[in-house]
Amino acid sequence: MFQFINTILIGLTSGAIYSLMALAIVLVWRSTRVINFAQAGLALASTYIGYQVLQVIDNYWLALLIAMIAGAALSAFIELAFMRVLLKHTNSGPIASVAPIIATLGLLGIVKAVITMIWGGQDVLVKPPLSNTGFSIGTQTLVFSPMKLAIIISVALLVLVFSLIFQKTNIGLALRASAYAPEIARLAGVRVDFVRTLGWALSGASGAVAGLLLTSYGNGSFSPESIEFSLLLISGFIAAVIGGLDSLVGAVIGGLVLGLASAFVLMYISGSLFFIAPFVILLLVLFIRPQGILGTKAGRRA
Amino acid sequence: MLKVHNLVVDHGAIRALNGVSFTVETGKLSAVIGANGAGKSTLLRTLSGLNKATEGSAMWEDHNLLHGKPESHVRQGVSHVSEGKSVVAELTVEENLELGALWRRNKKESLETKKEVVELFPRLGERLEQRADTLSGGERQMLAIGRALMARPQLLLLDEPSLGLAPLVIEQIFQTIRGIVDSMKVTVVLVEQNAMGALKIADTGVVLNLGHIAATGSAADLIADPAVRAAYLGY
Repeated sequence: MFQFINTILIGLTSGAIYSLMALAIVLVWRSTRVINFAQAGLALASTYIGYQVLQVIDNYWLALLIAMIAGAALSAFIELAFMRVLLKHTNSGPIASVAPIIATLGLLGIVKAVITMIWGGQDVLVKPPLSNTGFSIGTQTLVFSPMKLAIIISVALLVLVFSLIFQKTNIGLALRASAYAPEIARLAGVRVDFVRTLGWALSGASGAVAGLLLTSYGNGSFSPESIEFSLLLISGFIAAVIGGLDSLVGAVIGGLVLGLASAFVLMYISGSLFFIAPFVILLLVLFIRPQGILGTKAGRRA
Repeated sequence: MLKVHNLVVDHGAIRALNGVSFTVETGKLSAVIGANGAGKSTLLRTLSGLNKATEGSAMWEDHNLLHGKPESHVRQGVSHVSEGKSVVAELTVEENLELGALWRRNKKESLETKKEVVELFPRLGERLEQRADTLSGGERQMLAIGRALMARPQLLLLDEPSLGLAPLVIEQIFQTIRGIVDSMKVTVVLVEQNAMGALKIADTGVVLNLGHIAATGSAADLIADPAVRAAYLGY
């Protein structure tokens, strides 16, 4: 029983981080129909910016906020400066569906190279603001810690803010209309190009939070070559596909499902399945429900 | 006044419109009729900024319709309801209506317009919370027109509002369109395959054939024209 609860809490924490990355991927997919592999690079760059802020002001949560804004700005810049031009020139022919994705892979390389130029290739440390020592129940100690609780709360808050933006504001209405039916949105007077940039900005913010929280999930050290960030991209992508790729609610659920499923596999089957488990879970979901958990028409609502 | 002069539009190597000229007086309803592939939709898409023109000019009052994007035209009083019930299926009826007025600064005026639109289409008022894809074909078309009216347009471009609807519903939609012209002083360009129905409510008509103008004139004259009757009205 103890181990069971432990596994659920660990699954929810890592799942919450996957959810943010999945949100980032879905937001870009919805606004420009591109799978953005550079997302991992943007999350890494935002995390470095958070690290830099922490060298000046010793407040983790303020650094997180600034990293979020920086991530939004970086992502918006990439959409404006690169993707918009690229998509305009590759909007037809056999290359149309492939070129933008390859381009984001290239961008990932460039972003990582720039990070290495600025901050070097060695590990840096962002000390987690809360203890990573687990809560104790009686004589037993959970793996679940104050830091992990803070991660879950932060993600929940961000998801809440995002859903308020999408469901209750004019900007949210414009974002949804532009995602579902860009031509009709345009005819209704929505400045769709601007809204697309905004979608990328929100995505960058979500990825930034995922990046910084990811480092605090572990011991706080990271480098441009951290395997965690590559895995974050893969997990986020898998979570997004599980959720149906088009749905924000689906992205969050997909992240949690992936986190929980991985945690149970690692705990009850074998810890050595760390790299394989997400892919097996993806395959299973694609076999059983190829459209994703919320990939039905009704699921596209959020 | 809407003035289209010598308009040429190409789709790649295909010339969709080849020197089209006509005018529509402010406050009038003009029907554009013709067979499939005559270039009717292309004409509207060019006027609203979705397609680019190769040559020619198109002016609404003193606003150049061949410059700028659809979202700018909307702000100049030109709204386009594209073919095939142009509503966002995933949004509610109310959200679709609000979408049409998002760009308007004065929210009080937008609310008043929403009231007017709901008065014009009471069926929509009963279904504000429903998703647009749960509506019937006729209701969707009403919603598409309602969404366009939310921008308080002076020039309304309607593409085949009768498409796929039952005869009784078509009659109702056509009467509503006539009502919009008469009571709201909106100028309408109505593109239709249903030539007879459209000409009956129109003031003037334009007959398109393979990208050329085949005939123009008052709607009554076109209905009486033996050549037009034989080719487009089916008797």
